[in-house]
Amino acid sequence: MEQWRGFASGKWQNEIDIRDFILKNFTQYDGEESFLSSATRATDDLWKQVMELTRKERENGGVLDMDTEIVSTITSHGPGYLDKDKETIVGVQTDEPFKRSMQPFGGIRMAKAALESYCYLLNEEVERIFSDFRKTHNQGVFDAYTQEMLLARKAGIITGLPDAYGRGRIIGDYRRVALYGVDFLMAEKKKDHESTSKIMTEDTIRLREEISEQYRALSELKKLAASYGFDISKPASNAREAFQWVYFAYLAAIKEQNGAAMSLGRVSTFLDIFVERDLQEGILTETEAQELVDHFVMKLRLVKFARTPDYNELFSGDPTWVTESIGGMAQDGRALVTKNSFRFLHTLDNLGPAPEPNLTVLWSTKLPENFKKYCAKMSIKTSSIQYENDDIMRPEYGDDYGIACCVSAMRIGKQMQFFGARANLAKALLYAINGGVDEKLKIQVGPKFLPIKSDILEYEEVMERFDHMMEWLAGLYINTLNIIHYMHDKYSYERIEMALHDTEILRTMATGIAGLSVVADSLSAIKHAKVKVIRDENGLAVDFETEGDFPKYGNNDDRVDTIAVELVKTFMKKLRKHPTYRGSMHTMSILTITSNVVYGKKTGNTPDGRRAGEPFAPGANPMHGRDTKGTLASLSSVAKLPYEYALDGISNTFSIVPKALGKEEDGRTKILVAILDGYAAKTGHHLNVNVFNRETLMNAMEHPEEYPQLTIRVSGYAVNFIKLTREQQLDVINRTFHETM
Amino acid sequence: MFGNIHSIETLGTVDGPGIRYIVFTQGCLLRCQFCHNADTWEIGTGKQMSVSEIIEDLQTYLPFIEASGGGITVSGGEPLLQIPFLTELFKECKKLGIHTTIDSSGGCYSASSHFQQQLAELLKYTDLILLDLKHIDREKHKKLTGLTNDHILEFARFLSDHQVPIWVRHVLVPGTTDSHEDLDRLGKFIGTLNNVSKVEVLPYHKLGVYKWEALGMEYPLQGVEPPSEESVQKAYRLLTAEVVTI
Repeated sequence: MEQWRGFASGKWQNEIDIRDFILKNFTQYDGEESFLSSATRATDDLWKQVMELTRKERENGGVLDMDTEIVSTITSHGPGYLDKDKETIVGVQTDEPFKRSMQPFGGIRMAKAALESYCYLLNEEVERIFSDFRKTHNQGVFDAYTQEMLLARKAGIITGLPDAYGRGRIIGDYRRVALYGVDFLMAEKKKDHESTSKIMTEDTIRLREEISEQYRALSELKKLAASYGFDISKPASNAREAFQWVYFAYLAAIKEQNGAAMSLGRVSTFLDIFVERDLQEGILTETEAQELVDHFVMKLRLVKFARTPDYNELFSGDPTWVTESIGGMAQDGRALVTKNSFRFLHTLDNLGPAPEPNLTVLWSTKLPENFKKYCAKMSIKTSSIQYENDDIMRPEYGDDYGIACCVSAMRIGKQMQFFGARANLAKALLYAINGGVDEKLKIQVGPKFLPIKSDILEYEEVMERFDHMMEWLAGLYINTLNIIHYMHDKYSYERIEMALHDTEILRTMATGIAGLSVVADSLSAIKHAKVKVIRDENGLAVDFETEGDFPKYGNNDDRVDTIAVELVKTFMKKLRKHPTYRGSMHTMSILTITSNVVYGKKTGNTPDGRRAGEPFAPGANPMHGRDTKGTLASLSSVAKLPYEYALDGISNTFSIVPKALGKEEDGRTKILVAILDGYAAKTGHHLNVNVFNRETLMNAMEHPEEYPQLTIRVSGYAVNFIKLTREQQLDVINRTFHETM
Repeated sequence: MFGNIHSIETLGTVDGPGIRYIVFTQGCLLRCQFCHNADTWEIGTGKQMSVSEIIEDLQTYLPFIEASGGGITVSGGEPLLQIPFLTELFKECKKLGIHTTIDSSGGCYSASSHFQQQLAELLKYTDLILLDLKHIDREKHKKLTGLTNDHILEFARFLSDHQVPIWVRHVLVPGTTDSHEDLDRLGKFIGTLNNVSKVEVLPYHKLGVYKWEALGMEYPLQGVEPPSEESVQKAYRLLTAEVVTI
């Protein structure tokens, strides 16, 4: 085939096998970043245009324009451009950039509320159709929910559930479109449709319907590309086409779904193969290659969805999780690092730092040293990169997995997950003490167990009741998720994303927990100190008084860290006891995103001394201000959490001031590389690396809970920034920046 | 063997090469006006920690330490007030191949044979000393720290004679330790040493002031501002004018 000229042959030519194509054709790059090109004139112009639109959007209250008339589908909108003459990669979600699409399949009420919160009115006919004739996911779920589920949801012991919005966290293998063209993919789906079982069980019927939907979605994808003047029925024949084909496939997904996280996968090294071929054929220069990457990434930065204020409270900052996984090792020992790995990170220079796409480096201690250094350097410069431990994920997921959302690994095109938000373990602990009565709503939510009557909490007694309460919670949680995903499949099926998966896939039921550090510290207090219960007039435990000190999670102290570890194992084992929708495999994450604040709001005083309403620590982080032995002690505590029991990811956010990494820039890069290597060697899973500048220090003064580890270090001396008085903080801010100016 | 320990910091990045596991010892003889760890002065208090306890803890950080070419640094306080403890600790570290550093002001150096014997044993297991030279002038040193610098300069000479690598560090306090003449003299002294692998000028900062207040003490350098980058560079030039680094 002409489009495959120059590629090493393999089984990828006869069946869909992107991994085989990559391994046979990629060119590992071990060098430095010196080859990189700066932004072209066109890139600068386009980015200025984007920044201008961004400014207008901000001034307009967070949204520039919303579609109130047209229901978004793959083919709903005609072409839209930033500047047709300058863009090398084209395509926007509606007919113009920054106009948010309307997506009612997840729930018409949510779509309407999203519009109304920005003073837009939903077209009445659309509302009527989706209320009277076409049921949505949201309606389906609430038709099936039990009273107990509604109550648990209201109390916030299970919360953030994708029952009113798109579940997301499904990664289509968008690369398939570039390598094979849509016609081949359709032919393969047709074969699968013809070869299903002939025994029409519910499973077979559903599968046959889904494959038909997938097939139809692929044909719509071709129409979408055609509206921009491209024929993507055949494979891409050069780099520009490869980027464009991949982007069209992704664009189709975000036109059809507004899932919480719409992640991209692992495209950079795949696309590098096309770039390398063009460079060798002399039809592309390095500058043009970088321009393609810049324009592609620019498009990913434009992804926007219509959200409600409720949703924004859970996931603040308008995130889309266009996660791109970069680097990692191949099973054969080669590093999957190419020049494109550098080019993608280099967009942080050419376009400046940004939260999206969510650049995720799959870190291995065996990555080429130059690449490690470049990552660390860009982290220090931009705080825009997150790291996930390839050395512990590779054995579980092979070497062609990607990250969905923040920390959820999955084999690309071969695995999807049922996103399950999270259960609030801190609240479950309070239910254990109060016999299932909610400490805020003051009503029976959990099972009516006997409350603890004693004045001083006994560790054994609390653990026994907590165990029962977790047993109940695990069952209720899985059953709730079963309803949600049954309905999501039924009413808001991800046709195009699933069309870019194998027909036979692995599904996971991706549960999560919040409040790990609060519970670990609470149990530690009960075990190692004396915790007295304070009850209200109805005998409900509403506060706790602690006498004596107790070990706190985040100090690399096994006396409490083992409590956290056991908690993770115990809850995971309980989840596994309950059957899941479509036989999906149970997994769990320790991740809160920004919802740790909302969970905290909904949870009363806890025995660790946390006050009612105070935020939890994010993800698996220690509670802020309780880690007193420095950064590495904190990292070491988190690294103890067993990944095999939390295969959906263990999130840790690490914040540090540049000076704490050392005096000189070169040294800082080296130290950060060592921290990442050390954390990987200690089997830590994920690290969000923040290296702060003045703006963030000032922000930290206002929101200390978000900066638990912000450390000011000078020779022989360290101080936790948030422990300083406001005056001292101002002093640090003035001084630190005085010196660097 | 137990030591009196003020605290542990797991991510030290400025007190020696690479990532340092820092043990802050409790107790110091000097009373430096710019001290940012005034809470480590009192002798005989702090937390009692055993060598094995520290080693066990330290070992959990080896992946970080090894990846960075780092090690352990004992700071303070004045570590040399607890030499037998230090020796035991470093002996164990060397068994594990860990780079060892002492951050000292030499404030308790003495020519007594007892001290000399103990020191000689300790130095067998010490890779690097960060030596604070606070002032070259005897009287001004006394005013600044409470003691004269005789024994400190002797200590520097001793380390030079025994070829123990040092990083010389000098805290630059405007109006107190930054006069051209004093820096010039200090530079000349450093120039006579043949064991210097690095010279560092540490700009005075006010991050420790709150500790003085917490201890109910009046802060003697009230109103003194950190030095400018320019004067730090100038001081560095003067201090390294004659130095031959190893």
